[in-house]
Amino acid sequence: MNSLEFIVSHSSEVLAATREHLILVLISMAIASVLGVPLGLAIVGHPRSRAVALAVASVLQTIPSLALFGFLIPLPLIGGIGTHTAIVALVLYALLPILRNTYVGLTSVDPAILEAAEGMGMTEGQILFRVRLPLASSFIMAGIRTAAVITIGVATIAAAIGAGGLGTFIFRGVAMVSDAVILAGAIPAAILALLADFLLGRLERRLRVS
Amino acid sequence: MSHPIIEFRQVEYQISTISPQPILSGVSLGIHRGETIALLGRSGSGKTTLLKLINGLRRVSSGAVLVEERDIRDWDIIRLRRGIGYVIQETGLFPHLTVRENVCLIPELEKWPAERISSRYAHVLQSVGLSPALYSERFPRELSGGQRQRVGVARALAADPEILLMDEPFGALDPVTRAELQREFLTLRQNLAKTVVFVTHDVREALLLGTRIILLDSGRIIAEGTAQEFVKLDHPVAHEFLAAAELATGALP
Repeated sequence: MNSLEFIVSHSSEVLAATREHLILVLISMAIASVLGVPLGLAIVGHPRSRAVALAVASVLQTIPSLALFGFLIPLPLIGGIGTHTAIVALVLYALLPILRNTYVGLTSVDPAILEAAEGMGMTEGQILFRVRLPLASSFIMAGIRTAAVITIGVATIAAAIGAGGLGTFIFRGVAMVSDAVILAGAIPAAILALLADFLLGRLERRLRVS
Repeated sequence: MSHPIIEFRQVEYQISTISPQPILSGVSLGIHRGETIALLGRSGSGKTTLLKLINGLRRVSSGAVLVEERDIRDWDIIRLRRGIGYVIQETGLFPHLTVRENVCLIPELEKWPAERISSRYAHVLQSVGLSPALYSERFPRELSGGQRQRVGVARALAADPEILLMDEPFGALDPVTRAELQREFLTLRQNLAKTVVFVTHDVREALLLGTRIILLDSGRIIAEGTAQEFVKLDHPVAHEFLAAAELATGALP
């Protein structure tokens, strides 16, 4: 049986797994954005906390994803088997691109514009929220886009700790030595990643200020 | 004579105590209400620093700067700056805001009522020769250099400040637009009766627009006077500036 026949004959199962996958990614991305953007705002003015935050996020990203899922299983509260553990791991992965791009975006604003804002009598908070943040928004969106593509890929491994999603087919396919079953998970995941990249890329361009 | 609106008292400014050459030294100067002061000097003479000491973007190393007879260290810096219009070369407009949003930013932060903001916007845009309706929704990138500079002046005037600081306001413009804006600025100045301090390295601009010209060299005020006095000055640096300007005119066919 080729993969297309498999997907068609198991369409409801594939659809359900895609939905599971998407929910996993959306929840993780929402949490990572809600944490990453304010964290980026907070570290702009503090060189020491900036170094620590960026280093921690970088190290987290170097941990192989299967290992990270494994490490989380024995942990109390955030660990264990199932969706919530997968979400914790995905959030940790998504954090770095969002945090780094927020920081880079905020610090790459033309100094002449910042000095004009200061000279006009804007307070530090007003400069941050009315000048820096809007001018950094396309950078931040680029970080979210990168994080989304990574998360969609890494989320396939979440099936290993019982979180479901498209990875279920991939693991099953590996066990059955069946390309058709692997592709039933891999193709929808690839389509999701391309779609996310395309849509968020459009959003990013709309936010860009030349 | 009344007290000066801006006063420099024995001002020294240096970036660090290690660097031997101060940016400004021994600067004392009183600027009176309604004057238009041209700070003239070569690159690195300290003229822009002098300007930035007035709105607190730079702080004196010793001496004092007073605005309305009060040391700027005793001012609430935000209040001080909102009472001083600030125009810089080209890049000062916020690229993510429309012309209207740029111009109305400070009145909005000052929580002016909407009607007052609207009428003020229309007024200042007209006074710099732009149609308020035509430009309100445009972004800075959609404007020419001259239009951007006009919007910059309108923004500085929006909250009706007593003092206007301009850092090479016409520096980045082509010669024709530049002459046009200079002429308009003369008319504008007569109508507004503000105190204006502007920085320039163009002696003709200084002579044309300034009611008083302050000549800076290596961080010191070396000469000052009205345009009539300035052209008769017996000072080598003043001669250099005048000679360079005449050379430029003499080069015309």
